[in-house]
Amino acid sequence: MRRITAWRRRPWAGYAVVLAALAAIGAIYAGFSPQTGRAEAEGTAAAAQDLGNGKQLFNKNCASCHGLNAEGTKDAKGKPIAPSLIGVGAASVDFQVSTGRMPAMNPGAQMPRKEPIPPFDTSIKTDYEEKEKREAAEKQKAQAEKNLADLRAYISSLGNGPDVPPASAVDPKTGDVALGGKLFRTNCAQCHNFTGQGGALTGGKYAPPLNNSDVTPTQIYEAMLTGPQAMPVFNDTTLTPKDKQAIIAYLVQTREEPNPGGNGLGRIGPVSEGLAGWLIGIGLLVLAAMWITAKKPKKLKKP
Amino acid sequence: MSDDNKDDTGAAGSEEPRRGARGGDGRREEAPRERVIRTPSPARDKELLAEGDISAPAGAGEQLDEASAKRAERVVATFFLLAFAGSVGFIAYYIGWSGRDGGMHGVDRARESNFWLGGMMALSFLALAIGVTIWVRRLMTSKPIIQERHLPAADEETRAGFNEDFMEGAVDSGITKRPLLRRTLLLASAPLGLAPLVLLRDLGPLPEKKLRSTFWAKAVEEAHKQGKKGVRLVVDGTNRPLRVSDFSSPGSMITVLPEGIEEHVPEEQVLTETAKAVTILINVPADEFKPAKGRENWHVNGIVAYSKICTHVGCPAALYEQTTHHILCPCHQSTFDATNAAKVVFGPAARPLPQLPLSVEDGYIVATSDYHEPIGPSFWERG
Amino acid sequence: MSQTTAPQSVDASLNWLDDRLGSTTFMKRNLKKVFPDHWSFMLGEIALYSFIILLLTGTFLTLWFQPSMQEVVYNGSYTKLNGVKMSQAYASTLEISFDVRGGLLMRQIHHWAAVLFMASILAHMLRVFFTGAYRKPRELNWLIGIGMFTLGMLEGLFGYSLPDDLLSGTGLRITQGVTESIPLVGTYLYMFLFGGEFPGQDIVPRLFTIHVLLIPGLILGMVTAHMMIMWHQKHTAMPVKNQTEQQVYGYPFYPVFMAKTGAYFLFTFGVLALMGAFVQINPIWLFGPYDPGAISAGSQPDWYMGVLEGALRIMPNWEISAWGHTVSFNVLIPATVPLGIIFTGAAVWPFVEAWVTGDKRHHNVNTRPRNAPVRTATGMAAVTFYGMLWIAGANDVLADKFHLSMFGITWFFRVGIFIGPYLAFVITKRICLGLQRKDANIIGHGEESGIIMMSPDGRYSERHEPAREEKRVTILSKENTRPEAPAKDARGIPAPGSKGPLGHLRSRLNRAWTFDDIPVEEHEHGEHGEGGHGGVEGRESRPLSR
Repeated sequence: MRRITAWRRRPWAGYAVVLAALAAIGAIYAGFSPQTGRAEAEGTAAAAQDLGNGKQLFNKNCASCHGLNAEGTKDAKGKPIAPSLIGVGAASVDFQVSTGRMPAMNPGAQMPRKEPIPPFDTSIKTDYEEKEKREAAEKQKAQAEKNLADLRAYISSLGNGPDVPPASAVDPKTGDVALGGKLFRTNCAQCHNFTGQGGALTGGKYAPPLNNSDVTPTQIYEAMLTGPQAMPVFNDTTLTPKDKQAIIAYLVQTREEPNPGGNGLGRIGPVSEGLAGWLIGIGLLVLAAMWITAKKPKKLKKP
Repeated sequence: MSDDNKDDTGAAGSEEPRRGARGGDGRREEAPRERVIRTPSPARDKELLAEGDISAPAGAGEQLDEASAKRAERVVATFFLLAFAGSVGFIAYYIGWSGRDGGMHGVDRARESNFWLGGMMALSFLALAIGVTIWVRRLMTSKPIIQERHLPAADEETRAGFNEDFMEGAVDSGITKRPLLRRTLLLASAPLGLAPLVLLRDLGPLPEKKLRSTFWAKAVEEAHKQGKKGVRLVVDGTNRPLRVSDFSSPGSMITVLPEGIEEHVPEEQVLTETAKAVTILINVPADEFKPAKGRENWHVNGIVAYSKICTHVGCPAALYEQTTHHILCPCHQSTFDATNAAKVVFGPAARPLPQLPLSVEDGYIVATSDYHEPIGPSFWERG
Repeated sequence: MSQTTAPQSVDASLNWLDDRLGSTTFMKRNLKKVFPDHWSFMLGEIALYSFIILLLTGTFLTLWFQPSMQEVVYNGSYTKLNGVKMSQAYASTLEISFDVRGGLLMRQIHHWAAVLFMASILAHMLRVFFTGAYRKPRELNWLIGIGMFTLGMLEGLFGYSLPDDLLSGTGLRITQGVTESIPLVGTYLYMFLFGGEFPGQDIVPRLFTIHVLLIPGLILGMVTAHMMIMWHQKHTAMPVKNQTEQQVYGYPFYPVFMAKTGAYFLFTFGVLALMGAFVQINPIWLFGPYDPGAISAGSQPDWYMGVLEGALRIMPNWEISAWGHTVSFNVLIPATVPLGIIFTGAAVWPFVEAWVTGDKRHHNVNTRPRNAPVRTATGMAAVTFYGMLWIAGANDVLADKFHLSMFGITWFFRVGIFIGPYLAFVITKRICLGLQRKDANIIGHGEESGIIMMSPDGRYSERHEPAREEKRVTILSKENTRPEAPAKDARGIPAPGSKGPLGHLRSRLNRAWTFDDIPVEEHEHGEHGEGGHGGVEGRESRPLSR
């Protein structure tokens, strides 16, 4: 029985989890820890160098919209094109750049999530078979992480703002799920839907889905902290770090929870259920009715 | 009506529309002298269905070809066996596996049980259904038959007879002759019909002034008694009172309740009071905030509180866009402008969200009074 | 037909019953009752069988469900909600889902059956409407059907509200808001319904009783009446060979129809089990317990309430406040007018049609939709109206999935609700008339045979052959419109139907119904005198209408 159950849980799901876990471990190992260690170990000279790198990256990728001094720009009518980045803080930079929303391709109702541009793409594949390829990828990834850190440092140096949360603050395993559920339904579900599938806002804007592939716990935290785009801000004094962790715990556990009743139909509620009722239910039964009342095909009839 | 029925009895079947040619010119090709130069299969061969056959039973009264009937029987039997296996599987899973380790508790086991029980059940029913259908189509030898349809109406004589009996009974009973009897009977039965409606009175209390105040009123009154300026706002879910400095980030939004709503309200009333008192607190950038006339001091540097209950039909209007400062109700898309006293921008709601007067006390944000108008959907006595 | 006698056991028990009830006479008369066959005749059966399944699964659910709003702190199998305050109703629904074996399956089958019940009623009603099967003598069954659909909506809404999760509470909240907006008595009705202010402690137990006892009882009675009337009147038939007004052709109830309908019951149960097993519906554990301060994006009702939801969404914000009173047209109009138009329109339609066409005859053979263009076009207009409101009820989902402007979509429906039905009417009528023309051609000139002929003078033409008999019977089932009876008959007495303003209206509508009819008729001779056909020729020329 166990074996059958395991088979039913689809073999590739297991591999996917294992792969994701490996990738995450790799990312933490190769990325964060050496980085911070190095930053602490080396002195102020290195820090200045990093700031320089951050400014360079800023000038190259961001200044065209946000202005050379990150003061923001306005169009001829005085309508803001891009906001000032002074005082937005490292968390905001990390969220916008690591989800690929910034640098934006073209201004629209809303900046969509996309692959981060190569200099900042910290999620590239590194598990190549060939040693050379793997090393190159790992190097590129390390560089991307350093670039991102430098950019964060540069923007922070312009004005203080919320910082990137430490990994322990976003660990979904230690949050209070029950509280998180309550807070999620009261403060998040109205836009992002009860399971984080997203929803519509005015004027073609939308609250993005919060699935595994969309947003990491750190990014969820940063989004609450900084209120990107149309999203309101939930700072650490309104919803404490503990509350935020509870929300993250709830969301992550919910999106990882299987659907006990079968296919979840996108978990968006009665609209897709009604559609399924008509298309699958009535559809199958009409086919059955047609079969039951069908005339006999000629070839089956006795001559 | 009855006359119509009778009159049409014969004609009722006259759906047949072939009446005398009217306006037709009878253009038909004169075929005999023409030469056929190409003969693809005639149209009737394209019809996949056998001519003159109506649905189902193969034989239609003919003797079945015994060999193919045997085959069909075996197919049907296979499906019946499959259905048998399905139900046996259902029972076997239930008894043998579903109860292991203390029974089905939690998502994973519920998923497993739903999959097996439902799958076996579906298999069983569908296999039976398919088996029976094949049986009907391939093995039943009933002939199609013709039956007459009859008009449901009784004939004239019966109707007249009934009328006679009916009137005779009425006369015998005396009800036609004795108006006093008739009228008092009607009089007596009229209030009898109303009685059950009266009984429904105790279904609920009268509305009185209940819809005009919320728990904020009681809480503020309590605070005033203690010599305070107002009641503190606590975050819904964590019950944390909010300082002005806590809520200083422009673009912030949070759902708040009056402090003490969980403690000072009888337990069964908490949801009911919450349903009226629930409020959204928004930090609108001070330079964009346009306080309404008479409400200049209802906000604290752009921190403003509106009822979360939509004025349309009462959903929580909670969707705040910090870029446009729109408050949107996710149920019917009523949209309010947070910078401008929550005036309606779009959608079916007719009135702004009521605003809660705020102030500062000991660094905390407090509400200094109840809403000045009833919250939630409109009603007749609202004014 | 059987050559052998029935087995002793069957025979004996039948005799036992017959001695006491006289049942054998009834059964003898009905055992071979003929049922005409068509796939669309089975749509109503889905509703019947879904209803039976609803009763069975619903009974199962009541064994564990606790219709109480008493607050409890959950501590159970669904660990994510441990420590959360919720009503007993919600907690017991969680228990059914996660602790009772097969409970989730029964819940899902119950909910899917409700969805299919309503869907199949609607589909069945559309079939009845478009084939004209509601005409005399079947108006009563049509009205009962409308009644069942209305009750079904209420039943569904109440059932949806029972688990007391966030979505169902939101539905109740809207119900409350709509009730409250009723002029004069709104607040009283609201207080009486909820036993005080929303949500109170009473609404779930009250709805429970209505949901499991009152409405199912009413529906059961109506289903019984519906079936008995259908049995008594005999089912309508499609206009095919051998089906006439005086006779019905088909297979006998026993054994063929019995087996078919039995198979269909099994199919219905099977499909519902399939959906219950593999398609998740209403995951109440994800919605969380009801909390008046919480809401989810995309909060929608089940599909059959979507029309009302859509109407509420696209209504402009009209409200009047005068003399200390408020009337919310922004709630009242969408809550009453669209469904009022549809249900009232459907209910009076058979009578209006009979009045306009002057057709008071019995009809046992259905009309092909193309042969009643005004009816078909009106039906399509109603479908468009309903469909637009329905889709408008999902405007946020549309806006989200297609990244459109929500206000833009709303405006589209605000305009479309008026233009759409009109366009649908015009287009459908054109299509019907086009099909009539095609039919007239087939009967008048025959069908294209694919045989190319060369005439002596060298011209090519395609030979036309008379259509197959089956096809001809179907096409010729069209009843060409007769010219209206003259306003005065031969003796100078005005026709009773065209006097006064009403009479005027009637004859104008009659003209609208008939004026562009395309006669489908044969030009050849012969074929007369076939059973039930030509015999009434003589009567036909008489104005039958009155």
